[in-house]
Amino acid sequence: MLQILPKSEFSKIYNAPIEKHQKLSLIADMCRLNTFVSVKKAGSGHLGSSFSAMDIAVYLYYERMNIVELGINSPDRDIYFSSKGHDVPGLYSIFYSLGILPLEKLLKLRRMNGVDGHPEINIPGIEASTGSLGMGISKGKGMAWAKTYNKNGGHVYVLIGDGELQEGEVWEGAMFSAHHKLDNLCAIVDYNKMQSDNLNENIMGLEPLADKWISFGWNVLEIDGHNSQEMEVAFNDARNVKNKPTIIIAHTIKGKGVSYMENSPTWHGSLELSNADFRQALLELGATESEIGEIINE
Amino acid sequence: MNKKPKLIASSGDSLRESFGKELTLLADKYPQVVVLDADIAGGTGIHHFREAFPDRFIQCGIAEQNMMAMSGGLAATGLIPIVTTFSVFMLRAIEQARLSIAYADMNVKIVASHPGLDTGPDGASAQCLEDLACFRSIPNMVVISPCDPIEMEQATKAILDYVGPVYMRTGRSNTQRILDAEYKFEIGKGRVLKDGEDVTIVACGVEVSRALDAAEILKNEGVSARVVNMSTIKPIDSELLKKCAVETGAFVTAEDHNVIGGLGGAVAESLAKNKPAPVEFIGVQDMFGESGEPDELADKYEQSAEFIVIAAKKAIIRKNKD
Repeated sequence: MLQILPKSEFSKIYNAPIEKHQKLSLIADMCRLNTFVSVKKAGSGHLGSSFSAMDIAVYLYYERMNIVELGINSPDRDIYFSSKGHDVPGLYSIFYSLGILPLEKLLKLRRMNGVDGHPEINIPGIEASTGSLGMGISKGKGMAWAKTYNKNGGHVYVLIGDGELQEGEVWEGAMFSAHHKLDNLCAIVDYNKMQSDNLNENIMGLEPLADKWISFGWNVLEIDGHNSQEMEVAFNDARNVKNKPTIIIAHTIKGKGVSYMENSPTWHGSLELSNADFRQALLELGATESEIGEIINE
Repeated sequence: MNKKPKLIASSGDSLRESFGKELTLLADKYPQVVVLDADIAGGTGIHHFREAFPDRFIQCGIAEQNMMAMSGGLAATGLIPIVTTFSVFMLRAIEQARLSIAYADMNVKIVASHPGLDTGPDGASAQCLEDLACFRSIPNMVVISPCDPIEMEQATKAILDYVGPVYMRTGRSNTQRILDAEYKFEIGKGRVLKDGEDVTIVACGVEVSRALDAAEILKNEGVSARVVNMSTIKPIDSELLKKCAVETGAFVTAEDHNVIGGLGGAVAESLAKNKPAPVEFIGVQDMFGESGEPDELADKYEQSAEFIVIAAKKAIIRKNKD
């Protein structure tokens, strides 16, 4: 019987006198641990992408967005969703840590009456059903345009994968957003350089990526997507810039946090995990031997 | 230099795997065949072809509309392009399929994996329940959904021999062999797999084995059910349907698809025109799916053998009332 780090552990860390950025990094690793346990229990799920996007999503939910204060139904809330969607096991673990998703749902990842393998709008906290690549900016700009029209507050944050930048719709959305000066829209590229089958550059190259977005009229920033100090600077800039949508190109590592997964396309999709792999990953994510014993409950 | 897979589709192979292997075995005989992929070769079974014929494999990236329209250009030169990705992603390129392929009557084969609830844990966003209806409504388009690895192998060859646009479903999960070696697939022909007098169950894809199970259950309850494997959804085998209408007078259709517009729609249209008879429809009842294992989803969404049995009894009652 696999165990999950309880929500109380997150509150403990959140309230502890630890430096902010160190705290965020710790919370992200704890969420990775819970993601790993839920995927191991499900028998499949996308770990590589969940882990590369984890620091960004943790930063947004814990530091940047107003969801915890305003609630998930406020029209003035900040909105976050992932366009690629298959990184949702990571998001579920963040939801669990914040009390948005109950434990029994987290433990039924990809199963009936649990939480789905891709984001579904009927799950509390999920803002958009996604998973078919390339549609996120279009959807997000609809939300951003409507926020302005309805005189509602809040920013719209859309995480997009690098592979999905190959979809033509991304660039249609990019043109519209710049044309309509949607400065309440912020896209983040989870630029781990790797898609389902292989490296981006071996499938269909994206570079020069920043230049493409600059030429489309966006405010373009590049950061290390695992460094919350750089995120802070970039997201402040995104909030302050006027008359332009922002894209943050976040350089990330696919499978971040587990050495054998990092930068390996093998871990993109749905793979069975051996117990030895699982144990090693838990160790690398900071679990102690006794915690591992509790998690695996041997 | 070509490395061929040694494997012939074995029992338990998924339809996507048997398609990928068979196409690779046939590729020498059909030098005009080229394959297009949208970064998902490992999921569609086409990685076998890529390994054996890298120079005939075109990686289009995650850009399905681009891939679909390009295939029309390739076909215009005499090549036989095979467009591959998940069926749900074929939907986004449907206008390209309509104009670039079907309107020009181009010799392109669109082969889609991951159809229906059979897609399982990935959930509703990936479970395509609309493709048969969409592609069936496009002029010139032939629509096929084989039921087991033997039929998949034969259908793969048949679509290469047929000149014109074809949409063919494969499947994600492992499939048992249900047909014997004498089975002969032919585009446009349904096959009676089990004879019966009281009702005809017309099925395609993964629902064929469930239909055969249902016929066994019905037999134990004293009902004689005929099972037709209707692997070509378009053009539908109207002659066979008419014959079944005369001989059994009641129908159940069974498909891993929305009950609107797919196999059930095609059967109902044909019967309404030629020989009206009561029809009950097994499939997803105009809903989206969810994450789960294929068999548990089939139970929840009323596609398993037990529901075919109930539908068959309803159809017989309706027949007897008339």
